[in-house]
Amino acid sequence: MSTDNQPASADEGDSGLTADAPSLEELQDRVDELEHALTELESDDGQKKMTIVATKGSFDMAYPPLILASTAAAFDWEVVVFHTFWGLDIIHEEKSKNLKMSAVGNPNMPVPNAVAAIPGMDRMATRMMEKRIEENGTPTIEDLIDLSIETGVELQACQMTIELMDYDEADFYDGVTTGIGAATALQHMAESDVQLLI
Amino acid sequence: MSSQHNPTETLDVKGQSCPMPIVKTKQAIDGLEAGDVLEVVATDSGSMSDIQGWADGTGGVELLDQTEDGDLYIHYVKKTD
Repeated sequence: MSTDNQPASADEGDSGLTADAPSLEELQDRVDELEHALTELESDDGQKKMTIVATKGSFDMAYPPLILASTAAAFDWEVVVFHTFWGLDIIHEEKSKNLKMSAVGNPNMPVPNAVAAIPGMDRMATRMMEKRIEENGTPTIEDLIDLSIETGVELQACQMTIELMDYDEADFYDGVTTGIGAATALQHMAESDVQLLI
Repeated sequence: MSSQHNPTETLDVKGQSCPMPIVKTKQAIDGLEAGDVLEVVATDSGSMSDIQGWADGTGGVELLDQTEDGDLYIHYVKKTD
């Protein structure tokens, strides 16, 4: 069956090709079009884009998006950080100065969970981490936010979660973009070379 | 410190850790003219691979040399355009 069909379909293909064969001009136009598209792609090559979605608001989880964003900006990448849910606290002027680390459920803490659950342990864990960060010469969260804004990183606050958390648009650092939704975030992700969910 | 690369400016990032050596290097390079050489003095051992990666991935700069001197990691970056 299949061997019978093959010559027939090849014939059809041949006749189709002759009837619909594009003219030399049409081919030339198509080549010009493709060359133009290629030039655009090549000229676009130097500009990398990154979109980070920051969803966590604990002290330790505020660092990775900010460090990666400010470093990418040093590479001249176009960087967007979309802050949603607890990630909003990172760019919330008051809350960002008060981010906490959780002692409970953190297997790297030198105390068992039962002890970690005692009131005040989160504060202690956070202080310990702050001290180590200072000794290590690692910048503070505030420094990294200032640096990110200064170097052109776009820090975005998700509008839906601003309302969900009962925050006000004025609560965020100057330079933070508000009024952004999931559709805009997706658009940035689609255009990006690097997309991260933190 | 080696002056064979004839640095135009020296950036001191001793005691600072990731991402500051890169971020400060980028800012210092932005303030220089084409042909200038920036000397970066760091104590962060990660700066050896970071500065190299940054120079490879960034247009308009060339990494001339990287040396270790005790606890110090010294980088020479040229602004090419």
